[in-house]
Amino acid sequence: MDLPFKLVMLWTDVVLWVMLLGLGLYVRQVRRDAALRATWRRVFVTPSAMASAVLLGLMLLITLVDSVHFRRALPDVAGGARAFDTRTESVLDLGLSKLIASRENSYSQPLATHGFSKQAVPPSPGAKPMLDEHGVPVLPARAYPRLSHGGAGLEDPEGDWAGDIAVRLVFGGMAGVVVSFLLWTLMCRRAKPSQAGGQQPVAWRAAWITASVLALLIGWGVALSWGQGYHVFGTDRTGNDVLYMTIKSIRTAFVIGSLATIATLPFALAFGIAAGYFKGWVDDVIQYVYTVLSSVPNILLIAACVLMVQVFLDKHPELFETGLERADLKIFLLCLILGLTGWAGLCRLLRAETLKLRELEYVQAATAFGVSHWRIMLRHILPNVMHLVLITTVLEFSGLILYEAVLSYVGVGVDPSMNSFGGMINQARVEMSRDPIVWWSFLAAFVFMVAIVLSANLFADAVRDAFDPRARVYRPRARAVAQPT
Amino acid sequence: MLAYILRRLGYGLVILIGVNLITFLLFFTVNTPDDMARLNIGGKRVTPDQIEKWKVERGYDKPMLFNEQAQGAEKLTQTVFWERSVSLFVFDFGRADNASGGDIGYQIAQRMGVSLRLTVPIFVMGLLASVIFSLWLVMFRGTRVDFWGVVACVVMMSISSLFYIIVGQYVFSRVAKLAPISGYAGGLDAVRFLILPICLMLVASLAGQARFFRTLFLEEAGKDYVRTARAKGLTEATVMGRHVLRNAMLPIITSSGSALPGLFMGGLLTESFFGIPGLGSYTIDAIASQDFAIVRAMVFLGSVLYIVSNILIDVAYTVADPRVRMQ
Repeated sequence: MDLPFKLVMLWTDVVLWVMLLGLGLYVRQVRRDAALRATWRRVFVTPSAMASAVLLGLMLLITLVDSVHFRRALPDVAGGARAFDTRTESVLDLGLSKLIASRENSYSQPLATHGFSKQAVPPSPGAKPMLDEHGVPVLPARAYPRLSHGGAGLEDPEGDWAGDIAVRLVFGGMAGVVVSFLLWTLMCRRAKPSQAGGQQPVAWRAAWITASVLALLIGWGVALSWGQGYHVFGTDRTGNDVLYMTIKSIRTAFVIGSLATIATLPFALAFGIAAGYFKGWVDDVIQYVYTVLSSVPNILLIAACVLMVQVFLDKHPELFETGLERADLKIFLLCLILGLTGWAGLCRLLRAETLKLRELEYVQAATAFGVSHWRIMLRHILPNVMHLVLITTVLEFSGLILYEAVLSYVGVGVDPSMNSFGGMINQARVEMSRDPIVWWSFLAAFVFMVAIVLSANLFADAVRDAFDPRARVYRPRARAVAQPT
Repeated sequence: MLAYILRRLGYGLVILIGVNLITFLLFFTVNTPDDMARLNIGGKRVTPDQIEKWKVERGYDKPMLFNEQAQGAEKLTQTVFWERSVSLFVFDFGRADNASGGDIGYQIAQRMGVSLRLTVPIFVMGLLASVIFSLWLVMFRGTRVDFWGVVACVVMMSISSLFYIIVGQYVFSRVAKLAPISGYAGGLDAVRFLILPICLMLVASLAGQARFFRTLFLEEAGKDYVRTARAKGLTEATVMGRHVLRNAMLPIITSSGSALPGLFMGGLLTESFFGIPGLGSYTIDAIASQDFAIVRAMVFLGSVLYIVSNILIDVAYTVADPRVRMQ
């Protein structure tokens, strides 16, 4: 095969796609199982959860598009073997190629046509150096340089700028409204049959409103970025588009949030259930191990592990071919470390629940029938603690995204070459102490991060309310609070 | 009581042995001392002589677990494991890996007081603030005040503490000039430097704690004794403060106990942002300069503090609830 590119399967890509497959299988199971379906329905009845789900869905889509990586083939050299670019790109980069290409020299404010700081204007070629009355060369005039992409097509930037932006906002907004209208018709067709059952209707309206707002924002973003090449969130110190960096950070946040949570599950499930089921010395040993783990301040343990991994990676450069592969291996190992150090909480929870379950009649019956320990744990106990696993998983997700920022700040987070919210905040810290301050990359990271974490939190709350039998007892009161009359 | 505390201390010692083994495995088996030496000396060309000198200076040239050449008990004591791991138990931390590092124990003694001045107020005032705020929410349960209070909590929880620190430092120090941007001074002057970090950490940790406490109080507020108290004609404030709070005390103590390691992390961030010379900034600097000896010492110290504070929490149980006996 002689393709003009080479597919690159990164570690995290593989895991993300496998996780998607797992999610698909779970969805299929939910559709078949009436009880599970009813419980999940309770989640999507909550408007805030539905709105969050839409936003998270869009972010997940971006993550997945950003998880197909390839390297372009370099032009053939006569007689040479086929060579590939050292840069690894993703499908998302193809879609955002306009943002990548529109690189400026340095800082520029959002939607600016000129640079942020003054630069010496180079004298026009052939002009004589200017001398003042004493014969000393005059310093070149300093002015705000015109950006090479932001509003480059405008003839008179000062005069045309506002009008151009307004036209673009109108067109982008119109596109958004059209999409919103299409979604509305779709919703009307979809939502009708579910009204009949007398249950609370699924919150399609919240989903539609969120989708419309997102469509509007995306419409504006596209209208401003394409064509005149405005930088919606400005540019950073080396002139990279901040919007592009923020969109790329979404994948990092998702990888950390999901992969690190998944990585805790094997330990927590195996040890938690074993400790609760066998009791005795097994329980003692497992309790000892997780007490040891949780007595070390988490961040120090992670820092220690990451430092070790760094030395290991420096010693083994043969494990990766390109810079991106190295960064990817690092984030993959970081997730494993987070998993290895973070299972104590869930393990404790599962142990307590298993201790309760093993005394119940159906487990005793299984024991009396001579069912093996392994089978009892797998068939009788595991399915009955799954709701705890689910609740903890969704609750952890948002916490880990926040944690990533802290880890990056401490210097044990993702690779600095990888776009991440933590890295952006870290940079923003320096930018905020400049005078005049550079606030836009901080704002961009803030807006995206709060949007993701907030929706993850709201979704997790709804999942907990639906799946936790303890929370359900208080639900009537919670509902009365949620809907003030 | 004394016997119980002694037993808990004994178990704590066993836990510390585990912590020590983990750190030893992590730091000395994944990478050899040669790798560390190369990393610490830095530069492109590192001669074997330099590596050897670095190792001898810090005692990493000795055998890992068992010294064949030494005599008697020194067979065990003249080893990396003994000098770098076992001696931690008597708080002998040894020398930092970096050339300018100096003695770790001296640095820790210097910085410990500063850190405590920062974290103890955060802990105590944070607990008070969240209890008061959540009690206030519960008093207005079922109303708009409660609803929007919870909404505010969820939104505030979703904001990284880094944002609070950066924005707070910008607004209060740079724009309003109410507090110095960074730095530290001894004595009473310290208040000037500490007040902003403390307030910011309070705000950052308030929402999550208050929301959790609110669910605890709500659970208690639905019980029969609360109805009885109201039927007696007690005011809502008395019911909340005297009855509900007292009975929700145990889970509050537990949760604030589990918040203690997080306190350490909070100290880490605020200290390095505000240039406060405590243990947190020491640790961050050590991580940045990849000084493994300091990180190892801090892991040990962190677990000691954690274990001690857990015992204190158990003692606090008996104070809060006379029904709890120590066995």
